[in-house]
Amino acid sequence: MKFIVAIIQPHRIDAVREALTEAGVGGLTVSEVRGYGRQRGHKEVYRGAEYTINYVPKLKLEIAVDDDKADELAELIMRSARTGKIGDGKIFIFDLSSALRIRTGETGSQAL
Amino acid sequence: MINGADTAWMLTSTVLVLFMTLPGLALFYAGLVRAKNVLSVLMHCVAIACLVSVLWFAGAYSLAFVGTNPWIGDLSQALLAGVARGAVHPGTTIPDTVYIMFQMTFAIITPALMIGAYVERIKFGAVLLFSGLWLIVVYAPVAHWVWGGGWLAAMGVKDFAGGIVVHTTAGISALVVAIALGKREGFPHGLQPPHAPWIVMVGAAMLWVGWFGFNAGSALTAGADAGMAMLVTHMAAAVASLTWMAIEWVRFRKPSLIGTVTGTIAGLATITPASGYVGPMGAIIIGIVSGALCYAMVQVVKLRFVVDDSLDVFAVHGVGGMTGTLLTAILMAVEFGGVGYGDGVSMTSQFGVQATGVATAAVWSGGMSFVLIKITEALVGLRVGQESETQGLDLTAHGEAGYNVAFGGTSQ
Repeated sequence: MKFIVAIIQPHRIDAVREALTEAGVGGLTVSEVRGYGRQRGHKEVYRGAEYTINYVPKLKLEIAVDDDKADELAELIMRSARTGKIGDGKIFIFDLSSALRIRTGETGSQAL
Repeated sequence: MINGADTAWMLTSTVLVLFMTLPGLALFYAGLVRAKNVLSVLMHCVAIACLVSVLWFAGAYSLAFVGTNPWIGDLSQALLAGVARGAVHPGTTIPDTVYIMFQMTFAIITPALMIGAYVERIKFGAVLLFSGLWLIVVYAPVAHWVWGGGWLAAMGVKDFAGGIVVHTTAGISALVVAIALGKREGFPHGLQPPHAPWIVMVGAAMLWVGWFGFNAGSALTAGADAGMAMLVTHMAAAVASLTWMAIEWVRFRKPSLIGTVTGTIAGLATITPASGYVGPMGAIIIGIVSGALCYAMVQVVKLRFVVDDSLDVFAVHGVGGMTGTLLTAILMAVEFGGVGYGDGVSMTSQFGVQATGVATAAVWSGGMSFVLIKITEALVGLRVGQESETQGLDLTAHGEAGYNVAFGGTSQ
């Protein structure tokens, strides 16, 4: 199994979720996060004073999938989250050693 | 004799002006600070409102509005001695009780305005001690000079609703307190932005509505003067908002909400002294001048003076109040649609009186605030420790958090 973590632009979440749903992904976890990459921060102006916002709001998606689907889904997330502008985010893929469904106690692929 | 219509309007105005502080000003300021200090600012507003109310009844009202001495009132109505249920306030058609309450709401908002200068770093005890002393030493005498039959009133100064009494005193004192207290960690470069701009707008909108009580209520009657005061107040607020918005739009390519509603407050503060004397044309001029001038002064205080008057009390209220008081002398002319001058009074002589009022109130406020803040520092200290400042006053001073997440804690 693989564990996919994607950091994306917040406004791309609907496109990503639709693409994943069409591909048969049964669930995902989303959290609001902040950070920076090459984009660095941005500037905001309040009463004429400029503030540098060092940590830019992003969404973090977490999905656990079977090995054979990981590359396809990562590709799908990449395409649906992409705007082509700097700050589009990153995708990380980890090996997932085990999974458990809390309600039933199922393990492995059955728990996904 | 008590007039029912006038009394009804003044009861309403009293409610509106208290609403300006609770919760208008409280929210206006709360949205501008960082999330870790949101409760402390709300707390400052509530505590000052309660403290001033008690002091007002105890003797501050009497010092401001009772007695014939040109410099300060007397204590003959301390603890509201002799204020009978049916007593009519001299020179008005409303009960003494309503007049006392109406004026109390002004006495509340004036020290509360200064909160903006010392947020995010002041000790709570210092807020209470300084505000209480300030009410008696600065507000009561200046209110007496201008509104209580004192020497400025005798000179014929025109301050309809508090350009001198409220905004000049609070604005100048705010600057003095901000300097005495020192900058917040990270000022001017390295601060976080306001935590909730939408709350700032909600507060500003409440202030705008409440200001009709402030200015139109200062007519003390339900009639033509109140009507025109309301009209010019609204017009100045709208024009000043658009002016500030336009400046930001041109300069930063984006018109901001916080900027626009700060323009609203600048316009309202500036029309305050003029609201009983100018017409719609004067209001438009005041709107444009106040929006542009207060915008510029915010930048000057932060970047040139490098003073951490954190929420721009001096630049918006002080500058607005002083400018409005001076402009009153010009815009009250019949040519500008104003009420015109009294017998033997010219624009020049009125301007001289207005300038005298502004200057003496500014000097008194600045000097006395300096003395009072030093007394406060000696008795209870001014600043919280660095660790408390970093952690935020909500938790360190009040033991509460402004925003609790669902798994934040359990009761015991």
